[in-house]
This record gives sequence, structure tokens and C-alpha cells, in this order.
Amino acid sequence: MTIRPPIAMLAELTHRCPLSCPYCSNPVELARTETELPTEDWVRVFGEAAELGVLQLHLSGGEPASRRNLAELVRAARAAGLYTNLITSGIGLTEARLRELDAAGLDHIQLSLQGTDAEMADAIGGYRGGFMRKMQVAGWIKAIGFPLTLNTVLHRRNLHQLPRALEMAEEMGARRIEVATVQFHGWALKNRDALMPTREQAKEATRIVAEARARLKGRLVVDYVPADYHSDYPKRCMGGWGTTGLNVAPDGTVLPCHAAQTIPHLTFENVRDKPLSEIWYQSPAFNAYRGTGWMPEPCQSCDRREADFGGCRCQAMALAGDAGATDPVCIKSPHHAALQARAAAHAEGPDALIYRIAPGKPLPLIAGAATGSEARPAERIAAENS
Amino acid sequence: MDPTAIPDLPRGVRVHFDKVRETWVLLAPERTVTLDPVAHAILSEVDGKRSFGEITARLAELYAAPQDQIAADSAGFLGALRDRLFLDLAS
Repeated sequence: MTIRPPIAMLAELTHRCPLSCPYCSNPVELARTETELPTEDWVRVFGEAAELGVLQLHLSGGEPASRRNLAELVRAARAAGLYTNLITSGIGLTEARLRELDAAGLDHIQLSLQGTDAEMADAIGGYRGGFMRKMQVAGWIKAIGFPLTLNTVLHRRNLHQLPRALEMAEEMGARRIEVATVQFHGWALKNRDALMPTREQAKEATRIVAEARARLKGRLVVDYVPADYHSDYPKRCMGGWGTTGLNVAPDGTVLPCHAAQTIPHLTFENVRDKPLSEIWYQSPAFNAYRGTGWMPEPCQSCDRREADFGGCRCQAMALAGDAGATDPVCIKSPHHAALQARAAAHAEGPDALIYRIAPGKPLPLIAGAATGSEARPAERIAAENS
Repeated sequence: MDPTAIPDLPRGVRVHFDKVRETWVLLAPERTVTLDPVAHAILSEVDGKRSFGEITARLAELYAAPQDQIAADSAGFLGALRDRLFLDLAS
């Protein structure tokens, strides 16, 4: 099998984040600040990534603005020849910092939107005043002229705000909006009851997106991630395991997707120990689910096997208990009917949110919200990135 | 495509030589478009100053090909970029 070089790298600069979103897809156990890769290692890794064939770099987290030297990292990424995208909540960015990022050559910004008004956004982010600050940041982004994508995560509580989110994208001068229905990986698995959209809501989102794409053609591109628990075929996760992209966690661990550490039999290498190229081409974790040879039935003989590569490995782990199984989202999976029943049950579940917690971080002060793991028994966690 | 329209790559979209795959690519937010030699030749003329008509005249001269054929090919390619908002067209 020919292994092609990766196109994209997600650099998770830190797991620190001022927000506490209940749908956070980062692991339940976050990398602590003292284990974060230092700047000089990131700079080296950006160079190794470009040499390996990476063209697009996504600076993410956590909240990447929590790294004080973000502009230095952007400058290094551009110097390495990478298209550099910042994925941010906006919190922690000031006008001065944005101008510094502009001067450093930042290509594009993706700004997350937790809700279309302060009441919703601050309740989801678990951060009072966050919406107002985000709107301020959006204004500076527009004034500076950064190309912008607005990233929205839809779930049972805010799905009705999608039409307003589309308007806001245009008002902010975004040329693109990413409408992602909540995916359940990492911390988010704790919140399936509170966040799972109903099947009717999922259909409504699909309808609104189709209408918006026709109406806004030539003005706003709408990228859409449908509700996969309610779907009949799985997503082509990561474009296929080890084919397109890789993630580097805050401590330098290199992952085929950002939830891969939930697959217990895989071991992962670190950029502190090995060159990125050796990890990409030779590490057992990257080779574990490459191509189609690893597939069981019904994937092995399926005509969609190279369309979706059997879906998401981490989701198969979380839902079927086997990372090598067909993603239970697939209509051909023996677990599909049970998953759809579970999705319907989650959609009827209790509404209490369990906010993301992190070591040393105060709990969000939102009235009436459940916080932390005391709210219900800890779940076995597995996760993935779409 | 209107011959007087002036195409331009917006900020956030740029042509890049991919040394590893030895090909020209167009880099855009979360997207990479591989450019074949014809696509690269067309984009090499896009400078935000010259009109579509001027660009196709220049390409016709450079490649000794009929301008209407070049205009048809270029309109197809640039139109597809425009639909994805990877290209601005000023009238």
C-alpha cells in the first residue's frame, strides 16, 4: 500500500481554555500546562511538517490564544511555508494581539460561536461575558480584514438559532460558515442526554442548510456536518485514518485523530523522540487502520469501503467496544438499530449540562447547572475528531 | 464571464508550489486545490488589475490558441473558483 504524505496538521497548542463547553471533544484527562511543548519544539515540528508534505496548519487547543507567544508560532509556521489557520473562541484576543497576528502572516481565522445571543452562548460556554467579548473580537477581525469562517456547533438547545447564525456570519464578513451538529467524543460523551438533537431537529437542520446554500450561493459557503447518530452512513473520518491529516497534542504526542488515545491497544509516539516523518510512515498506530486490509465484514465487501473507510474508529470503540468494528452509525452495522434507539433515548434525556472541568480551573458559575463528574457516574470514554 | 470583469484572489487564498508533490496548488481555508498546468497558467495572469478579456487575450498570445477557446476554458475554471468564494470578480 502506498502511503501518501499528509495535507493537514492540527497543532493543539494547549488544553487550557477559558470556556467549559459541555461538548468539548478533548479527552477527559487534559494535558497539564507543564507538559506543553515549548515554542522551539513547535517551531521544529512546523518545519518537519512542511518537509513531510503538510500544506495546511490548524492552530487549535484548548484555546490557542492562551499561548502568549502565539504570534511567534504563526510567524514560524508561515516561514515554514504552511497555510496557517487559527481556531479560536476569541477569548484572550485583543485588537493589539490580532494586529500582531496579522503582521506575523496569519492566513485565516475560525471563530467559534456557542449561541447567537449572550444568554445561550454564555450558558453553553460556561463563561459569563464571553459572548460580548467574542462580538468585540469579531469586529476587530473584520476591521483588520482577516478571512473568517464562523464555526457553530448545533445541538438540542441551540439548533433553533441556526437561521440567526447564518445572518451573523454575513454580518461579520465571514465567507464561510461551518455548521457542525454536535459530535460525541471526549468530554462530550458525558452530555449526550443534554445535547442530543431529536431526529426532527436533525432533519430541520439539513433543510435549513440546503435552503441557505441555494440562497447564499456566491456570498457564503456553508459546510455542514449532519447529526451522525441519526444518519444511515458514517462519516469519512479524518478523510481516512492516516491518509490526510495528523494531530499533535499539547505534550507532543502524535495522533491519527484527536481522540485516538481512547483506543486502548494503540501506543503513540512523540515529536520529542522521533521525526514527524518517521511517525507518519512507520508508527504502528498510524498503520493500524490504513487502507482496507484491516476491515471486517460488512465493510470488507462493501462498495462504500473506500468512500467512508468504515467510519470513525474511535466511535466504533466508544459505541461497539471495538475500534476495528464497522462504525455503528452505518446501517449495515449490527449495532445500528440499537444506536438509533439510544439516540432517540438521549434526545429525550434530562437537560442538565455537565461542564468541562480542568485541573486548577474554577467551575463555571452558571445557575442551576450540574458541574463535574459528581452529577452522574463516570462513563467509559472514547472519542474522535471529525 | 463578462470580459470586463476583473478577477482577483481574495485574502486567504493563494497559489503555492508544493515541493513535496512537485505541483502548484491553490491554498484556501481548509481546502487545497491541485492546479494542473492550464489552471496554473490562468491564475498566473490573475493580478486584480487586468480584466478577464485582457487575461484571455494574453493567454491566447502566449499559447498561440484561439481566444474564444481560452475564454471558455478559463471561464469554467474561474467560475468554479468563484462559486466556492476562492475568487473575487470586480465589475
